[in-house]
Amino acid sequence: MNKQGNTYTIIYIVVLVLVVGAALAATSISLRPRQQANADADKMRQILASVLITPAPAEVIPTFEATVSRRFIVDAEGAEVAGDAFAVNVAEQSKLPSAERLLPVYECRLADGSVKYVLPVYGAGLWGPIWGYVALDADGSTIYGAYFAHQGETPGLGAEIEKPAFSSQFEGKQLFKGAHFLPVAVVKAGRKPAGDEDYVDGVSGGTITSKGVGAMLSDCLAPYEAYLSTLRK
Amino acid sequence: MFFNPFSKDNPVVVQILGICSVLAVTAKLEPAIVMGLSVIAVLAFSNVIISLLRNTIPTNIRIIVQLVVVAGLVVIVSQLLQAYAYDVSKQLSVFIGLIITNCILMGRLEAFAMGNRPWPSFLDGVGNGIGYTIILVVVGFFRELLGSGTLLGYQVVPQCLYDAGYVNNGLMILPPMALVVVACIIWVQRSANKDLQEK
Repeated sequence: MNKQGNTYTIIYIVVLVLVVGAALAATSISLRPRQQANADADKMRQILASVLITPAPAEVIPTFEATVSRRFIVDAEGAEVAGDAFAVNVAEQSKLPSAERLLPVYECRLADGSVKYVLPVYGAGLWGPIWGYVALDADGSTIYGAYFAHQGETPGLGAEIEKPAFSSQFEGKQLFKGAHFLPVAVVKAGRKPAGDEDYVDGVSGGTITSKGVGAMLSDCLAPYEAYLSTLRK
Repeated sequence: MFFNPFSKDNPVVVQILGICSVLAVTAKLEPAIVMGLSVIAVLAFSNVIISLLRNTIPTNIRIIVQLVVVAGLVVIVSQLLQAYAYDVSKQLSVFIGLIITNCILMGRLEAFAMGNRPWPSFLDGVGNGIGYTIILVVVGFFRELLGSGTLLGYQVVPQCLYDAGYVNNGLMILPPMALVVVACIIWVQRSANKDLQEK
């Protein structure tokens, strides 16, 4: 058969693509459970990091099971809705209007007996998505700890949001000022926000990423206001 | 054939191929090593596959065939990393996918595997992959050491130096310094190998 002819060429490429496609599908299917387990374990590690627990990689799952006493979903009215909080895709939820979102809450019981509430947040940095977890004390207002991560912020600049030097600033900040709900602002070092909300210093050289963190907090924590108010009693 | 790409015919510093990924993944040593290993694997296997197919590939679609093989292998490597080295795959994220466009691969497939038997092609792939990895590791070593004061995540610059006023050079973490480091390697290498110097 003529190897330079059209028929040969077309048959050749079709067969090749089918073979490669089948190989890819087989790989993907056989590795999927392992990849999902990895992604889940990583999510658990991040949730634990927000309550300032950093277990060894092999200890993540048992520690998570021992620490998280209850996980549930609330809606913007503060009422619980059915569903698995862990399976909620925060990235998709954050695109919905706040009244329609499913809002996961992880209730953690720490070694000292205190109860913390971990809320996931998701937003946009300079180059790509940023996300994190904010842990609140039982009063629903005081931040106990925070964890932030990013997909591809500039190393040394915006990427600094994932360092404890940035996230530890949030500890002790209040989400409620009197009866008003005001998420923590992120401002340039040395500046103050316009209102009287609590604030932290942004990363120098990472202005847009820092603003992204502030916008993410106000966007993703605001829907929890009704639920957090019930904690305040 | 196997050892040439390490120095005299190095794909990065002599043929100046694959510079893009050298800039991107060498801010830390660990992703540089994993990226190097991934490129060795993809390059070796794609060289063998193309070499096996070389007499059947229609000439007018040979680049497409090469791309399909490389892209397939890269996706498999990326899936394997996600399953068995999740943390590293998160760090490398998009760059594993970019191996597809790494010029070293197309260069070796076109220049070597299309005209040679599978075993020499395999050696050529591994050799060029190692040549690429050597440069990646050297650049990663200096950038992590000078930029973060660590190696493979372990602190190596002692605290007493910081106390004495030493600071990490943040510029080293940014991509432009990778170019400068690569240029320094090229300089050293051409001083050592006079026959590489252009007249």
